[in-house]
Amino acid sequence: MRERFTRCGAPAQAGAHLLLKRSGAAVRLITYGPEMGPCLRRGTWVFGLAVLLSGLCLPATAQDRLPPAPYAYQQLKDPAEEAKAKALMEELRCLVCQGQSIADSDAPLAGDMRHEVRSKIAAGESPAAIKTWLVARYGNWVSYDPPFDGATALLWFGPLLFLAVGGWLAFGRFRRGESEEGSEG
Amino acid sequence: MIAELGLALLWIAAALACLSLVAGALFLRGGPKDLATLVRPASVAQGVLTTAAFALLIALFVRSDMSVELVARNSNSLKPMLFKVAGAWGNHEGSMLLWLTILGISGALVAIFERRLREDTLVATLAAQAALSLGFFAFLLFSSNPFKRLPVAPPDGQGLNPLLQDPGLAFHPPTLYVGYVGLSVAFSFAVGALITREIGPAFARAMRPWVLGSWIFLTLGITAGSYWAYYELGWGGWWFWDPVENVSLVPWLAGAALLHSVAVTATRNALRAWTVMLAVIGFSMSMVGTFIVRSGLLTSVHSFAVDPERGTFLLVLMAIYIGGALSLFALRAGSVAEGKKFALLSREGSLVINNLLLTTILALVLLGTLYPIVAEAMGEKISVGPPYYNRVAGPLALILCLVMVAGPLLAWRKDDGKKLWSRLPLAIFAGAAVLFGLILFGGKVGLLPLLGMTVAGVVAVASLAPLWGRNLRRTPLPTWGMVIAHFGVAICLAGMGAESAFIKERLVAAAPGEVVKVADFAVKFVGVKPVAGPNYTAIEGTLIAATPSGQSFTLRPEARTFPGLMGTAPTETNEAALLTRPGGQLYVVLGQPVPSEDGSADRYQLRLWWKPLVWWIWLGGALIAVGAALSMLGRAQLLAIWRARRARKAEERFAP
Repeated sequence: MRERFTRCGAPAQAGAHLLLKRSGAAVRLITYGPEMGPCLRRGTWVFGLAVLLSGLCLPATAQDRLPPAPYAYQQLKDPAEEAKAKALMEELRCLVCQGQSIADSDAPLAGDMRHEVRSKIAAGESPAAIKTWLVARYGNWVSYDPPFDGATALLWFGPLLFLAVGGWLAFGRFRRGESEEGSEG
Repeated sequence: MIAELGLALLWIAAALACLSLVAGALFLRGGPKDLATLVRPASVAQGVLTTAAFALLIALFVRSDMSVELVARNSNSLKPMLFKVAGAWGNHEGSMLLWLTILGISGALVAIFERRLREDTLVATLAAQAALSLGFFAFLLFSSNPFKRLPVAPPDGQGLNPLLQDPGLAFHPPTLYVGYVGLSVAFSFAVGALITREIGPAFARAMRPWVLGSWIFLTLGITAGSYWAYYELGWGGWWFWDPVENVSLVPWLAGAALLHSVAVTATRNALRAWTVMLAVIGFSMSMVGTFIVRSGLLTSVHSFAVDPERGTFLLVLMAIYIGGALSLFALRAGSVAEGKKFALLSREGSLVINNLLLTTILALVLLGTLYPIVAEAMGEKISVGPPYYNRVAGPLALILCLVMVAGPLLAWRKDDGKKLWSRLPLAIFAGAAVLFGLILFGGKVGLLPLLGMTVAGVVAVASLAPLWGRNLRRTPLPTWGMVIAHFGVAICLAGMGAESAFIKERLVAAAPGEVVKVADFAVKFVGVKPVAGPNYTAIEGTLIAATPSGQSFTLRPEARTFPGLMGTAPTETNEAALLTRPGGQLYVVLGQPVPSEDGSADRYQLRLWWKPLVWWIWLGGALIAVGAALSMLGRAQLLAIWRARRARKAEERFAP
């Protein structure tokens, strides 16, 4: 059997807070160059170097060689339930990767979270309840769909504001344009 | 010696950039006219020397000269030649040198070919380009010297990240960089024109080929990068609104807005201030993107400490350039009149709406990318991902596509909309047909993919409308370009919609001999065997996919292991196998082995997807680039020059 030497991230129980403590890992990546596992940041292709500069992946520990949880790579029998689980998984962040949802990451933590989501859906929980549970555990960081609250009001209303101001300026110009043209003609 | 020579060339090139800047500035302040004649040759020489330095760096990688730190860290003597060469720009220092090389070459090309502008505007443009180069020279020479030697040469290098060992790396970053840096020329033209107050059709025409050219490269770069991520990462995603993807999209959006606005300025002498502003924004966004990626700011505020010196250096450079250009704009805003007026229902009017929507999308992508960084600094950790962008940018993009339907059918200045109304019914009918077809036969389709495919139907038909009733042979190339690019948008949109709406996924642990059904395919997992590549070992799976019509195709996905070189850890990658069919792609990944409880043959994790019309996404991207290229070719007036020359020759032949 093929052994997995390098894995991205840490076992599930390590949780999200690891992220903050690991900025040292990125420094080491600069020194040693390529040592990233299957967890590639999604946008690496834009700048090849992004991989080398900013990674949070660590070499494997013995625990990583445990086989993945059953539902990590297995779909639910009921297509409707699987579709619900899939939609939720695409909105959840893989906490030890970068820019990857748990639906498309090879990291063990992502596998464990997929298992968690699928088993809860199979047990009849609603996606909203699962998300609330995960957010309570890991914070808003885990969800790619930012909530609407005081801290994100500008995020949600910013584009609308931009469009309104831009539109007001542009249409102001049109009106003036027409009236001036009218006075000319 | 090669490394030392390279470094020396860089210093001389930096000195030449300094010369162009000083001579240009003195001339513009009323210095002697001789100074202006210095600027062109200095710009050309700077471009040539920087290119030579970059060639020397490639030579060091090809020779695997491990006494150079950059080579030792990023290359290995056993690597295939293509990746040795590509390794030269697959790292921070090398990619910054590539950036400078392209900056130098663009400056040289402007110096050689630009004859339409007034001399003082051209000198100001070249001086601005030299000022840009000088900052990046300082960055390279003081904080990221690519030619640095090691005190003791290691026996061999650490190799290149296996994920980057792909032909994609050889072409993708240079393509994107040409696009990014090409926008620097538009930036310099804008600064030059602001300095000499020559803002009008001549300036817009000089700038237009550069905007189109860099936008072609950005389009190709993003399209190719999306396809690379799609097949390399092993999960079949083509766009994830990742911050690194976003910062490449933002200059593209600015470029798209700019090339439409510059068309208005060149043809109608309107929207002048707006064109200048967009030219400044375009390259500023390229720099912001480089800064965000280079400084490590993306990861989180904490990793900003990864390289504070480089990050701060880039931040200061950016502040100087963007701040400088914007203050110049503010100073001259009074003297830049907006130009000719127009009605809302006119081609200019539709282009203004196009620009408004494009810049709103640009602003929201930038906002979504930077928001988590700022929020984290304030102690709030949030993630902004696909749900946000799809919900906010999606509807705006669809409205933008509908404006795109109307724009080309309207006349300049003022229109009564008759032509528009006479040509719309067929397009609306096409959209309605798609919509009802999907509702009746499509099953459960999400709202955004549904609207996306409907709008794609409308745009596909309407984008061809400008050709109706025209003599196709006499239709000018730029019109063809516009039609093809707009049609490409429809194709791309249809691919995105169909892939999101009708994707079929199967994840199974299969034993050799098992048959897995996905969509219409019956895929038989034959077995696995070990294979050895040039610098990796792999397990290769063999699968035979049978279609309902009885055809069968063999797929060979691989799980590769790259050994750790010189003390680094080994790495694993998945090589997906793709089967392209007219209706879409079958995407197969070989995952981990699953030991069975009774100790019999191992099963393997297989991931299979049927992705309907997925390749239309990249076909659309390619069509957009082809359209822009035709438009550029038409504007370059090569054809006109050639015809004129042929006519002159013919005349000479018959001359007595």
